[in-house]
Amino acid sequence: MRQSKGINLLYSVLTFVVLVVFAFPFLWMLLASFKTQAQIMSTDQFFIFTPTTKNYTSVFKEYDFMKFIWNSLIVALGSTLFSLILGLPAAYAIARHHLHKLGLVILVARIIPGITFLIPWFILFSKINLVDTYTALILSHMLVGLPFIIWIMISFFEALPTEIEEAGLIDGCTHNQVFTRIILPISGPGVITSSLLSFIFSWNNFMFSIILAGDKTKTLPIAVFNFMSYSEINWGALMAAACIITLPVLIIALLAQRYIVSGLAAGAVKG
Amino acid sequence: MRYNWFDRNLKWIYTLPAVLFVLLMMLFPIIYTVRISFYEWSMSATTPPKWVGLSNYLELLKDERFWHAVGSTFYFTIAALVFEVVLGIAIAVLLSRQFRGKNIVKTIFLLPMVATPVAMGLVWMLIYEPTIGVANLMLKSLGFEPLLWLASTSQVIPSLVIIDVWEWTPMIALIVMAGLATLPTDPYEAADVDGASRWTKFFSITLPLLRPTIIVAAMLRLIDVLKTFDIIYATTQGGPNFASETLNLYGYVLGFQYFKLGMASSLLVIFFAIVMALTLFMIWMRKRLEGAS
Repeated sequence: MRQSKGINLLYSVLTFVVLVVFAFPFLWMLLASFKTQAQIMSTDQFFIFTPTTKNYTSVFKEYDFMKFIWNSLIVALGSTLFSLILGLPAAYAIARHHLHKLGLVILVARIIPGITFLIPWFILFSKINLVDTYTALILSHMLVGLPFIIWIMISFFEALPTEIEEAGLIDGCTHNQVFTRIILPISGPGVITSSLLSFIFSWNNFMFSIILAGDKTKTLPIAVFNFMSYSEINWGALMAAACIITLPVLIIALLAQRYIVSGLAAGAVKG
Repeated sequence: MRYNWFDRNLKWIYTLPAVLFVLLMMLFPIIYTVRISFYEWSMSATTPPKWVGLSNYLELLKDERFWHAVGSTFYFTIAALVFEVVLGIAIAVLLSRQFRGKNIVKTIFLLPMVATPVAMGLVWMLIYEPTIGVANLMLKSLGFEPLLWLASTSQVIPSLVIIDVWEWTPMIALIVMAGLATLPTDPYEAADVDGASRWTKFFSITLPLLRPTIIVAAMLRLIDVLKTFDIIYATTQGGPNFASETLNLYGYVLGFQYFKLGMASSLLVIFFAIVMALTLFMIWMRKRLEGAS
């Protein structure tokens, strides 16, 4: 008995250490966002200091941060919505008619380095004047969102019992009605999981946006990154900006932890 | 005639938009990238692309910066992958017990991989900052010499590996935990009868049973580690002195800073081939191991 008590204590200590290590950068970001530059520079005011909200007000006043938030929201919501519209029927057809070769093609999208697409898109979008438009950003972000939504929804639809559809067909529904009136309404959990993750991927996207966004459509990751190009880094404001951009994602993760875990695990185990 | 034409061809109508999107947005760019890799062009409207055959590839193979990027890519990938898999398994075992506050711990543990990578890169820059960063303060208080971290050519990749390990170990742990939950209990009961120790049980029952799960997790991670861009570009942009320039970053710099579109494309074709080859190798290994057991 004594040995197992000792091991339990060891496990508890280790769990605590893991927790502290993984939470620390978030804590550090939050603390620094309420410090003045002088407080960040001085190494004796780690946890106890007089907090200031100046960083947050300066982020919104000196930079057009509301605009970047708005841009990010439009692109993330737009790319998720269109990915759902294209992805849900496709995933359903692939799952029900066993079109696994098509599913495989979609998976390849995950393997190919995203940067391979960037040069052709940039040339094409420049030619048709689409650089620095929401259209270009939404289309490029869909390339991450769409394969992901299809992939998660294939396993979701495959897990639904076929009896539901058979009952619908006997009651006189067409196949199309079966999907839109019977299957979609009961697909809530799968749709929530895949849309949340697609939203997060788009919200966080940096590589596509840094090329395809311009002054009008600059999204949050690009805006935060551009903060650094000044000669002296204003750490407080930078951390405030980092907090603002991370907060929505963290709230989603906290509220929908169950969905996100199941989504990431499903996407992974099926791969 | 209960089903009209629309309904009979429904599976094609349902998949067509997604397939068209993929063809247009993926297949076309891939073909275009391969094509432009045989040309020399700087996106100028007045000088059209000039056919140069294989010379972009030959120039790349003679380019020291390219070989350096290949080396950095593999150094970063292997180091990150090894630590993430080992730590991920350890943490999964640690967190799969029942304990109070398990859900809170799991949620916090999930955060690094959903948080915006660019923002997290900046936070780590502050942590690593040589004079005011908390990393060096910790080292000093433990009696070690302070390090330069991201500012040193020899420490930059290990520092980036730490960020990547922090960010992505949770994913491996999550997948392994899902795998642990499905393990059968009989082998453990039999081992208990034989009086096996914790370690014996872990190495001779848990690990072999988890092997397929671990391989899948490692494969998914491998694909993504090779392509790491955000945290590297946000913190070092490939510096100092190109020390952290991976293939992904060099391709980006060639294309969008030097506007050598042909060279960049030929690098991307090579990079694509490497990612594809490694992925196929992992799939082959997984099949072989599954066949053997």
